[in-house]
Amino acid sequence: MNHWLIPGLVALVAALFAASLLIGPAAIGVGESLAALIRGEGEAVVLVMREIRLPRALLGVMVGASLGLAGAALQGFLRNPLAEPGLIGTSASAALGAVLALQTGFAAGFALALPAAALTGAVISVVLILLLAGPRGSSLVLILAGIAISALAGALISLVLNLSPNPFAANEIVFWMMGSLTDRSMDHVRAAAPFMLAGAAALWLTRRGLDAMTLGEDAAASMGIALTRLRLLLVIGTAALVGAATAVAGAIGFVGLVVPHILRPWVGAQPSRLLPASALGGAAMLLAADIAVRLIAPERDLKLGVLTAIVGAPLFLHLIWKTRRAGL
Amino acid sequence: MSGCARAFDLLTAAALGLWLGAAAAPAVAEAPGDPSGDPSGNPSGAPGRVVSINLCTDQLAMLLAAPGQLVSVSHLALDPRSSAMAAEAAAYPVNHGQAEEVFLLAPDLVLAGTFTPRATLAMLDRLGIPVVTLAPAGSLADVREGMIAVGRALGRGAEGAAMARRFDADLAALHDDPPRRPRAALYYANGYTLGGGTLSGEILAAAGFDNIAAEAGLTGGGVLPLERLVLADPDFIVMGESYPGASRAEELLTHPALRTLMDTRAGGVFADRDWLCGTPHVLRAVAALREARRALETAP
Repeated sequence: MNHWLIPGLVALVAALFAASLLIGPAAIGVGESLAALIRGEGEAVVLVMREIRLPRALLGVMVGASLGLAGAALQGFLRNPLAEPGLIGTSASAALGAVLALQTGFAAGFALALPAAALTGAVISVVLILLLAGPRGSSLVLILAGIAISALAGALISLVLNLSPNPFAANEIVFWMMGSLTDRSMDHVRAAAPFMLAGAAALWLTRRGLDAMTLGEDAAASMGIALTRLRLLLVIGTAALVGAATAVAGAIGFVGLVVPHILRPWVGAQPSRLLPASALGGAAMLLAADIAVRLIAPERDLKLGVLTAIVGAPLFLHLIWKTRRAGL
Repeated sequence: MSGCARAFDLLTAAALGLWLGAAAAPAVAEAPGDPSGDPSGNPSGAPGRVVSINLCTDQLAMLLAAPGQLVSVSHLALDPRSSAMAAEAAAYPVNHGQAEEVFLLAPDLVLAGTFTPRATLAMLDRLGIPVVTLAPAGSLADVREGMIAVGRALGRGAEGAAMARRFDADLAALHDDPPRRPRAALYYANGYTLGGGTLSGEILAAAGFDNIAAEAGLTGGGVLPLERLVLADPDFIVMGESYPGASRAEELLTHPALRTLMDTRAGGVFADRDWLCGTPHVLRAVAALREARRALETAP
């Protein structure tokens, strides 16, 4: 129970958002940047601030919040700290949906076709995971099912991109596996936003159910929680968030693992309080990672997933170690 | 498509058979090329059967070879996006640059690029097939050197030298001193741009433009982030044609910031085929750009 947690996270996200706007390959002064962004002064600088840096910072917040929220909800529902969209194959399946939509031309059909296709891929993987692992499945089954789904989706992404008539497509396998926010535009913000809002709303409705689930599935049912409805909201919400995030930024792993893990002790391990905290924490982590890629190698388009994995994979190993010692 | 796949299967099967035959009777392997002797195998010193496995040597060979001398070009030569001679290439059987299929064509000379996979070059060497490699042209001077080198390799030195002289004369005819050199940017997929020390950079300079990449401190090729392109404020933007199928790399070229910039700047899409290889066709690229520059001068 800490009343300063949410305001503190909001302040952190705001500070990182401002930093993201002010950092870029073109050296523009702080005053000049803000004047261009807010008042629209200076033709070329306005274009840089409003069409290049603003969408990048906005997507950092949106994608990070989506991944943090989806991770917290999945972990609450499966009562397993190892559940994470990247690790259980949801991100890879969403990426496969997006790649198929792009290469078949379906994505050009109507405005929201790309995120809708990614959502479809994500739904399939979440349903598969729930069927295979379910709320009572062991961590082992969850991780094995996740590995299988990730491997298959990853292989199919490589296949589709290698068969593409576009000579650049095959080089983009790494984007779809590792994610990046470089050169995204307001078009991407507009495509992702409706799905992310709908997904966040669906998961927000699950918060009481998730609290009850901490006592076990039977106890939750006896408290009047409709498990079918809870499961449906969770599948739709997670898939919409992860699908939209992956469609615009590629598959970025470990955000949904690290953030809930760090924040859980601060909210008394209560899922309903963990959800908003994880959304803010995810936004902060992704903004920080996106700032770091621009500072470390400004002109190399370093992938976001590289940084999140460097932070996240050791934690993942630590969690597996703890799970093993607990004898699960 | 299935016919193509079947042909490929047949080719593989035939290659296997030939390999076994060659192993059993060394005399068969001698035909493609005897490493100890003169590679040409005919009295004039010119190779009789030439196979090209590189897009750029394909085009130079088609321009310079004697009738019947060139027996196969690479499949890339058929792609009208990257090949300036796709129509001419249709008259030749194509190869896919694999040592096995090249061996089956029994060449006494293979023309390759210096970026042809090393494993392929090593295999051709082991099979005793003479290979001449041509480095990609990095300047207009390299273009004329390439014409002379390929001419000499084909035993058509006079034709190669004549082509180089004609190239020099045509290039000189395209030269003029503009009153003001507009500042241009070459901008391709992934934000790739080319500066001095590249063929594209020299084409741009020969057409009378200054290059934004030089101001940005780039020589050779490199990535120019979109926001730096916008701030550099070029007068003219040269972009490449887009390929079928989707890619994130080319999505950058339809970014709203670039579209807005293009609304108020001159620019154009120029086909890659005239820019990629050091052939006489680069003069078409110079001429097209020069026309665009003149239009810019007369514009109000």
